[in-house]
Amino acid sequence: MGRTLTFNIFRYNPSDPASTPHMDKFTLDETERMTLFIALNRIREELDPTLMFDFCCRAGICGACAMVINGRPGLACHTKTKEMPDEITLMPLPVFKLVGDLSVDTGVWFRTMYQKIESWVHTDKKFDPTAQEERMDNGLAEQIYELDRCIECGCCVAACGTALMREDFLGAVALNRLARFILDPRDQRTEKEYFDVVGTDEGIFGCMGLLACEDVCPKEIPLQEQLGKLRRKMALAAVKNILPKFLKKDF
Amino acid sequence: MKIIQTDLLCIGAGLAGERVAIEAADNGFSVICLSIVPARRSHSSAAQGGMQAALGNSAMGEGDSPDVHFADTVKGSDWGCDQEVARLFVDAAPIAMRQMAFWGVPWNRVVPGEQTYYKGGKPFTAFEKPENEGLIHSRNFGGTAKWRTCYTSDGTGHCVLYTLDNRAAQMGVNVVDKVEAIALIHDGDTCMGAIARCLKTGELTAYLARATLVATGGFGRIYRESTNAVICDGGGLIAALDTGVVSLGNMEAVQFHPTGIVPTDILVTEGCRGDGGTLLDKNEYRFMPDYEPDKAELASRDVVSRRMTEHMRKGLGVPSPYGDHLWLDIRHLGEHHIRTKLREVDEICQSFLGVDPVHQLIPVRPTQHYSMGGVRTNKDGAAYGLKGLFSAGESACWDMHGFNRLGGNSLAETVVAGMIIGGKIVEFLKGTETTFSTAAVRDAMNKQTSRIADLVACKHGSENPYTVRNAMFDSIMKGAGIFRNGQDLEKCVGELQEILGRARKVGLRSNGKGANPELTMALKIEGMVKLALCVAYGALKRTESRGAHTREDFPERNDRDWLTRTLATWADGADLPTLNYEPATHTFEMPPGDRGYGGGKIIPMNG
Repeated sequence: MGRTLTFNIFRYNPSDPASTPHMDKFTLDETERMTLFIALNRIREELDPTLMFDFCCRAGICGACAMVINGRPGLACHTKTKEMPDEITLMPLPVFKLVGDLSVDTGVWFRTMYQKIESWVHTDKKFDPTAQEERMDNGLAEQIYELDRCIECGCCVAACGTALMREDFLGAVALNRLARFILDPRDQRTEKEYFDVVGTDEGIFGCMGLLACEDVCPKEIPLQEQLGKLRRKMALAAVKNILPKFLKKDF
Repeated sequence: MKIIQTDLLCIGAGLAGERVAIEAADNGFSVICLSIVPARRSHSSAAQGGMQAALGNSAMGEGDSPDVHFADTVKGSDWGCDQEVARLFVDAAPIAMRQMAFWGVPWNRVVPGEQTYYKGGKPFTAFEKPENEGLIHSRNFGGTAKWRTCYTSDGTGHCVLYTLDNRAAQMGVNVVDKVEAIALIHDGDTCMGAIARCLKTGELTAYLARATLVATGGFGRIYRESTNAVICDGGGLIAALDTGVVSLGNMEAVQFHPTGIVPTDILVTEGCRGDGGTLLDKNEYRFMPDYEPDKAELASRDVVSRRMTEHMRKGLGVPSPYGDHLWLDIRHLGEHHIRTKLREVDEICQSFLGVDPVHQLIPVRPTQHYSMGGVRTNKDGAAYGLKGLFSAGESACWDMHGFNRLGGNSLAETVVAGMIIGGKIVEFLKGTETTFSTAAVRDAMNKQTSRIADLVACKHGSENPYTVRNAMFDSIMKGAGIFRNGQDLEKCVGELQEILGRARKVGLRSNGKGANPELTMALKIEGMVKLALCVAYGALKRTESRGAHTREDFPERNDRDWLTRTLATWADGADLPTLNYEPATHTFEMPPGDRGYGGGKIIPMNG
């Protein structure tokens, strides 16, 4: 405590013709248990009312406040200033379209992604309101939950070398999402149908294995493990597709 | 002027908004959901605990039924709820949970055999029947006779919201995010949609709809200390109140949650207490059994919050730079339980407090948590005052919660009400056509355009919207918090009226261009102060104690005079809401009685 913190913050308002991209400097006295949520709100309310940034739950659950903090994508609400140096540089997440300053448009990116991979349970069954629920093993439900924990903050996408180079790359988040449906017995898609979605350079084969996605995931989801599993599964499916029929069997 | 037309406009894309949207889309209607944030970031995602539905699959839920759920809900509401609505809710809840399972929610399931659970800090074993293996499991929440809260570890809200949003995408619901509805379009009789401001560009659009739904969640952010997400500032309610004809119901009924962490007021789930967490004072003494011998930490939220405040007033709170607090102790649940079943709690403690709950105590205090009040609707979800306007979820006063809602009943309400009200909206859309008045649309648009121009030009003054908001925080926190009395409420109402005057004179320091956050605040502050006045003035007039509304000067629940629901409307230019009253319920499946906890006196209906 007792420190004076300096914040270097990226500024640009695309809706204002007079605005040009630049960095602004703000200083604040550090207080006990200060997080970037507290700091950014103080800057906006006390120093510059135009500063754009996103917070929603401010509790690490919704994923709204991801930004690049001293060079590393992370959640601002999670970030305690006492664990940071005196000088903190904040930039918006790359890959996503800039709304202004530290605020980016993750909504459209993720919506496009989940339309692409059809992120919903595919089934030809019809819900029967008079019937008891279909049973599921609790261990399996917990495994699905493990992958369902992703909060779509976008950190993994922002840290991804492939996503930075090619716009159509689905990213670890999409592959993790798809792994969730592959695991889910309620989803009746076949291996081939999954392959059609991710068995390309836009999907599993685009990954360069730099591992940054998993490094920056604030929910510590084993993204690379899912990707590896998916890649093996899809590679086998690809091989199966070119084999003569009599050789096809389950691997 | 940009105009977009649709059959159903949902203002808000959390669980309630999306569940209604899905019902309409499933029936072939075009639906647009407006959301301030990407839909999956809605505050619904933050609900860790679970959803109540009487499935009765688990050992501790055995013998449960909608009737038992009904009795718990009515008791919990302190007989302030509409019993017809509570009945609709409890009967439909099991179907809604099964439907969510069908759509993909990974509910925790029954594991057969002997299982270890916790109650009151002590482990015990229960035998889960082999024939129930794989059915939806349930956990314990405060104020219920049976364990009936369906859950997915501690990410229930997150999982259910993602599943619903997936379903909405599949059904072709058009979710437009980073857009905020700032006014309803109406002619005093029929609602025709809303004027919305894009939070990416600042552009205004008129959305015309045959039916409009307000599903914007709670308005907890009129309090400084709130567990609510920062977006929960009552936007939809403000738009409804501004029509002058739509009523807000029971705005004085505000629930405080016992376990907001200090200092950031992030909620740790009631599941902590359900699983066996205990509350300790500065001497690390467990005090709740002294106040509530039977239920202890598991009495309903309003009771626990009040007992905590009472205990701290005796000087037994833990002093801290942020004021007094108490301790939540979950250490005895063990590392495995905490790191898996209560993982979000573990993460919150580690990330925001630097506390390891396996070995350390968690600092907690009662914090504003839930608004029972909202847009008053009938049992079909139709708002009072405007045809074609509906509301569902926390923004609505549908009213199954009365003066206190039970844990697990709010998250359940979102999808259950969404299902029921969605069905009613489908009926409405099939049976009604709306004429859009170009004059009403133009007037609504012009009014908002000039409002923004005036704020930018500081035409009515240059009050800082954040300063005005801070004044509101100070006033309402002091005057209309957990304990209330006539003197403090009088003072609070007076102060808020003065603050309302200042809110009408705000002006921007910036140019207001694009997604300008100062303008967002400036557009909202007058409405927020009005909501605060609805709370404080309603609380002043209600001279009794019921559920979460506690008057120190009127400690009895007064069924003789106050078995009523407050209806607040706001006349154009007025400094106070107009209050009217209606009976709390028209049907009595369960006559007023004692809740079985809380210990307050009751003045009977015929007393």
